[in-house]
Amino acid sequence: MYELIVIGGGPAGLAAACAAWDRGLRRILIVERDKELGGILNQCIHNGFGLHHFKEELTGPEYAGRFIQLLKQTGVEVRLDTMALDILPDAEGAAVHMVGRASGYRVERTRAIILAMGCRERTRGAIGIPGTRPAGVFTAGAAQRYVNMEGWMPGNRVVILGSGDIGLIMARRMTLEGAKVLACVEVMPYSGGLNRNIVQCLHDYDIPLYLSHTVTDIRGKDRVEQVVVSKVDEKRSPIPGTEMVFDCDTLLLSVGLIPENELSRQAGVEIDPRTNGPEVWQDMETSIPGVFACGNVAHVHDLVDFVTEESQRAGEAAADYVIGRRWEKGAGRPTSDERTIRLKNGDGIGYTLPQRIAVDRVDKLCTVAFRVSRICGPSRIVATDGAGERIAAFNRDRLAPGEMERVALPRVLLEKAAGDVTLSVEEKEGESA
Amino acid sequence: MKELICIVCPQGCRLKVDEEHGFAVTGNGCPRGAEYGRVELTAPTRTVTSTVRCEGGAHPRCPVKTDRPVPKGSVFSVMEALEGVALAAPVKVGQVVVENVCGTGANVVATRDLPSV
Repeated sequence: MYELIVIGGGPAGLAAACAAWDRGLRRILIVERDKELGGILNQCIHNGFGLHHFKEELTGPEYAGRFIQLLKQTGVEVRLDTMALDILPDAEGAAVHMVGRASGYRVERTRAIILAMGCRERTRGAIGIPGTRPAGVFTAGAAQRYVNMEGWMPGNRVVILGSGDIGLIMARRMTLEGAKVLACVEVMPYSGGLNRNIVQCLHDYDIPLYLSHTVTDIRGKDRVEQVVVSKVDEKRSPIPGTEMVFDCDTLLLSVGLIPENELSRQAGVEIDPRTNGPEVWQDMETSIPGVFACGNVAHVHDLVDFVTEESQRAGEAAADYVIGRRWEKGAGRPTSDERTIRLKNGDGIGYTLPQRIAVDRVDKLCTVAFRVSRICGPSRIVATDGAGERIAAFNRDRLAPGEMERVALPRVLLEKAAGDVTLSVEEKEGESA
Repeated sequence: MKELICIVCPQGCRLKVDEEHGFAVTGNGCPRGAEYGRVELTAPTRTVTSTVRCEGGAHPRCPVKTDRPVPKGSVFSVMEALEGVALAAPVKVGQVVVENVCGTGANVVATRDLPSV
């Protein structure tokens, strides 16, 4: 019987397992489907990781390496090349079914579980691009793995659909490796990636970014030969007569990430349709007691540093749950007579995480991560209670859906709040971005 | 006055750099932004990250980086210099792969451990 099983050995799973160990758990197992720990960081060879957590600029593999070293100093067990198939929660904890090349089919019992499976890329099928079905259409992350880990070049003349960070990073990477990146095409009127990546990945290499454009045809029999790009109107419908034809052999898709919650759903965890991840309390516990979630499985992050922070919170909370400290300050789910608040999304807010707050368990501050649903200039993030009273406000110069925001709600203010709390964006009038 | 987006960290501060007054920077959220604004308009630099061939390891490629930023104009020369380089596993993170690459004063170093298999 394990105290804790962590599903996934990427940045979220590593940080959660280390934190649970430091908090006193001694029987912890990480189940990882790849042949090595580190997850997606292993293929993110570019730098810019770790500025918050390590106060220095690291590459993805270096960031993962630091945590793998930390994990080695603990007694956390790791089972590589092993896939978790099913989680069956019961009164004592849960049974985890898993299958591995070396260990075969195993059922392990545990008191608590941390879901840290990360996310998957949206594919061509998911967004329904018309055209033929030739070779040469890749998700940006798959191309990244080919180039950075396996040593294959996916193509020579490249169009990128979507301006998420992976797409931008791959525009630069393919250029450095000798490919010609003809265009980066984004259906929205703004980029989904970080500003710094627009600058250092596109501007540095004179790669044009076509906002409010999309791919309307893929041509080619065996291999991509042409991609047709059209301008779109406000409703994101292609405008006839605006077609541009690019002669290319490769189309990379960076059109969004979806938290991978097949296991969570099977286990009966409640999923928030806005994040596509489990609904969680402020300590990252899901709707099932003893089952926690962190990292990209809960909501897609821009920065691994914040994945680490969130996962440490989940690891500590899981340890508190197992050891029975959960009823002390700072962790746990409410008993029936306790004060709970649902965080609601008001105007301009795409989602919040956590979705639920157990007020008495908040230490001093409750960190709330969220994304806005549109670009905003100088604004106030406003928290309003059920009686319409404003309990807190936070100023921001600029807000974009591509950049996750965080605010910290003080416990004292949450205690005073009547009913549920709504987070919304108020743009300041008369000021421009 | 020149406007830049800072690339030092994911914050992406909007900088204003006054070229006529000693490249004074405003709009920066931290001292690194001031430094970036000045350097970007006088002698821009970038850290290069890429991969080199690796024999006998868990993967055929080993990720590498320049251990300090190099002049922006030498990014493609650094890429060319890495073309023929081959490492033999085991590789340790931080191991020097190319010394003083293209005379930039930067070393190219491995960014992960690659044990031999």
